[in-house]
Amino acid sequence: MRYVLMIALDESAGQRDGELAGEEISPEYAAFMKDAAERGVLLGGDRLRLTSDATTVRVRNGETITTDGPFAETKEQLAGYFLVDCKDLDEAIDVASRIPGAKDGSIEVRPIWEM
Amino acid sequence: MTADVEAAVAEAFHAEWGRVVATLVRVTGDWDVAEECAQDAFTTALERWPRDGIPRRPGAWLTTVARHRAVDRARRARLGESKTWEVAVMAAAGEDRDVPPDEDVPDDRLRLMFTCCHPALSFEAQVALTLRTLAGMTTPEIAHAFLVPEATMAQRLVRAKRKIRNAGIPFEVPPPHQLVERTAAVLAVLYLLFNEGYSASAGTDLVRHGLTAEAIRLGRVLCALMPDEPEALGLVALMLFHDARSAARVDADGDLVLLSEQDRTLWDAAAIAEGRLRLDAAARLGRPGPFQVQAAIAACHVRDDRATDWAEIASLYDHLFALTPSAVIALNRAVAVSMSEGPEAGLVLLDRLASDGELRAYHLLPAARADMLRRLGRRAEAAESYRRAFDLAGTDAERRYLERRLLEATG
Repeated sequence: MRYVLMIALDESAGQRDGELAGEEISPEYAAFMKDAAERGVLLGGDRLRLTSDATTVRVRNGETITTDGPFAETKEQLAGYFLVDCKDLDEAIDVASRIPGAKDGSIEVRPIWEM
Repeated sequence: MTADVEAAVAEAFHAEWGRVVATLVRVTGDWDVAEECAQDAFTTALERWPRDGIPRRPGAWLTTVARHRAVDRARRARLGESKTWEVAVMAAAGEDRDVPPDEDVPDDRLRLMFTCCHPALSFEAQVALTLRTLAGMTTPEIAHAFLVPEATMAQRLVRAKRKIRNAGIPFEVPPPHQLVERTAAVLAVLYLLFNEGYSASAGTDLVRHGLTAEAIRLGRVLCALMPDEPEALGLVALMLFHDARSAARVDADGDLVLLSEQDRTLWDAAAIAEGRLRLDAAARLGRPGPFQVQAAIAACHVRDDRATDWAEIASLYDHLFALTPSAVIALNRAVAVSMSEGPEAGLVLLDRLASDGELRAYHLLPAARADMLRRLGRRAEAAESYRRAFDLAGTDAERRYLERRLLEATG
């Protein structure tokens, strides 16, 4: 089954700690991706720019409304995701628990709705 | 004859429902189909057993009938994949003939228990699924037992089954590195079932009271399936020790009876004996845990002789606190110390607990304090503490008990 592992982090804490400031892939994430690829579960994934760079688009009554910022104000923000192919939820949970962001943020495991 | 057959079906229902559903879940992968086919099989048994006699192995008979129902349904549904599915279901049916009746390894029920108690499901959903699929309770019964509307409970079960399917929650016994944690989740569900039933046992509500019996029965199944799991043995022992005293813990007026004043002839000696055997078996495995220690404490309270070993109980509470530190355990330990070393020693511990403030709203803290003060002859202070406990108590039976004590202290 395919799952998206969404990494939610508190951006304000991350900026304070300098954690989200780096331009390079951190050694921790590099190690995670190497392991996940060797295990044969990793299909893809990306790091996202901060929500301060986000733009939200809505079409209402045929009119396109564009606003600055994310679609919802939340305590933690989506910071990146991995797309994985796992045997079942237990394997997806195991992979999610190894993402470095799981230590200070949260990982939401969402099954893909296969069409 | 008919009454015999009905009794045999009822017995088979309790003993075999979970096994039949578990096998059907494995071979069909569909929880609703599994339940409906199991239901059909029991209905068929009621029709056929009076005519053909009760089969030698009712469980295998029921499972085979349920499998045939599953195949019939697949044919009727004329699904594209039904042919392959049919082959899979019937191939699995061949297993029945080869497996001796009591040698159930690997057992589908164990898989079912771990799936029902998967931490990706809400705790409420885990409890509801366990009762529906393993114990065979109906949705209205489960709704009644948990005092929620039937529609709410039905919705909860539908959502849980949908999540199992959509999120890919596996139908498997977890791998060794997850086993301890996941077993703890199964034990937590069983203990909650037991406590729900136990807290209702003072009343006349048979459905809620029946939860204690279901919890013990499922606990025994778990022990049989995981014989090397000491905490499962500990939990069953703990439940048996508590349940053994249930007839003696309330009087004819529905008032709580203190352990020291209970009529011991009302205790269930067989349950206590089984509890001791299971606790001994757990101890031999040499891996202590919270349920085993709680069972050991409960065992001290159901000894044949009247002299309760409070020093032993205090040291067991020390052990329990080290495993799972909590203010309630510290309170129980203080009470045990007051019984073994005297009320003064207990009061010192209670003062320390009171200054932590964590038990501010817990009526048993002032109640314990009141009792120690009463034993020291400090009646005015005792009365004040009883009054505080009375104000915080949650149930009428508790308030009536505290009122009696208050009258004794002031009278």
